[in-house]
Amino acid sequence: MASSIQHPPRPYPPRVSTYWWLGRWPYLKFILREVSSIFVAWFVVLTLLQISALSRGPAEYLGFEVWLRRPVVIALNAVSFFFVVFHAVTWFNLAPKAMVIRLGGKRVPSLLIAAPNYLAWLAASAAVAWIVLRG
Amino acid sequence: MAETITLEITRYHPERDEEPGLQSYEVPLRKDWVVLDALNYVKDKVDGSLSFRWSCRMGICGSCGMMVNGAPKLTCATFLSDYAPGPIRVAPLDNFPVIRDLVVDISDFLVKLSRAKPWLIRDHEKPLAEGEYLQTPEELETYKQFSMCINCMLCYAACPVYGLDPLFSGPAAIALAQRYNMDSRDQGSSQRLDILSHSDGIWGCTFVGECTQVCPKNVDPAGAIQQYKLTATKEWMKSFLMPWRGGA
Repeated sequence: MASSIQHPPRPYPPRVSTYWWLGRWPYLKFILREVSSIFVAWFVVLTLLQISALSRGPAEYLGFEVWLRRPVVIALNAVSFFFVVFHAVTWFNLAPKAMVIRLGGKRVPSLLIAAPNYLAWLAASAAVAWIVLRG
Repeated sequence: MAETITLEITRYHPERDEEPGLQSYEVPLRKDWVVLDALNYVKDKVDGSLSFRWSCRMGICGSCGMMVNGAPKLTCATFLSDYAPGPIRVAPLDNFPVIRDLVVDISDFLVKLSRAKPWLIRDHEKPLAEGEYLQTPEELETYKQFSMCINCMLCYAACPVYGLDPLFSGPAAIALAQRYNMDSRDQGSSQRLDILSHSDGIWGCTFVGECTQVCPKNVDPAGAIQQYKLTATKEWMKSFLMPWRGGA
C-alpha cells in the first residue's frame, strides 16, 4: 500500500536469509568447516572416555570396546573421521593465507607453507599407525 | 547464438514499492557486450527510469558492482555471452540498503574506510626540500597487492559476516589499513591498531574467504585480515610481557 510508505522514502534494508549458507557452495563449505569442530571435540571426548575406561581396569576397557563396536558408534565415528579430515585439510590449505614468509625478497609459494603441515600430519599418522599395528 | 538474452533486473522505487521486485527486459546478445552495456541499452532504449551506478567501464572506478546471478561482479567486466542462453538476474549488491533499483547506500562503507585511516601517517613530515620518501622495489612489493583495491565493495557483498553483523569493519577497509601498515613510508600502524584489533575489526572475521574469491583486483582481503591477526596477537603479547614499553 502506497499510503504506508514513509516520507521521505527510506532505503530498503538488507535482508539475510537464515539459510544464506545453502545458497552457494563456498558458504556451505565454510559452515561445514565450522561444524567440523564439533566432531573434533567428539574425538577428544572419545579419547578421554578411552583413557578413563583404561584406568578402571581390563574389564571396564573390554566393556568400552564392546560399546565402540555398536553400529551407531561406528557410524558416528565414521562421520567424525570424515569431518576431522575435512577440518585438517581446509585448515592446512588456509595456513598460507595467514603466513607470509619472504625469502630473498620473494614470497614463499603457498604450497611450500602448506606442505610441512601435511608432512607433519603424515609423520604423526605413521607413528600412531606403527604403535597401534605392531601388536 | 540467440540474438537476444533476458535480463531480470531488481527494481525498487522507494516512494512506490514496499519491497524490491523483478522486471524482465530483452536485450541484444552481442559477443562484446558486458552486463553494463545491456543495462545502458535498457536505460537508453527501453526504460529510462532504470537507476544504476557506473562510470569508467574499464574496471578502475569500482562503481558498477552488482549481483549477477547471485554473485558479486563488476558489471563492466561480466560478459553477457558467459551467461547465455540466460536469463541473467541482476540485483543490487547484497548486504547494503537499496536506495533505488540497483543503487545501494554506501555510507556505512565510507565511514568504516575512513576509520581505518587509509593514508600515509608520519610522525614528522620532512621538508619538501629533502625530497621524496624513497622506497625499494622489495618494500613496494610487500603492500602492492593490497593497494590495488578500487573500493568496489564486492567483498562486502560476498561477506556473510558483514551481512549478519553490520558493525564488522569488513574486508576492504581492513585490507587498506594493512596496505598502509606495510608501507615503509608509513608510521601510523599504532593509530590503526585500536580500530583493527577491536572485536568488530579483524576478530569479527571467521575466514569464509569469499571476499578474496570475488575481488576483481586480486587484493586478497582475507589474507590481509589473517596476517593482521598475527600482527595484533604479537603486539598484544609484547604489551602483556613488556608493559613498560607503552603502546604498540
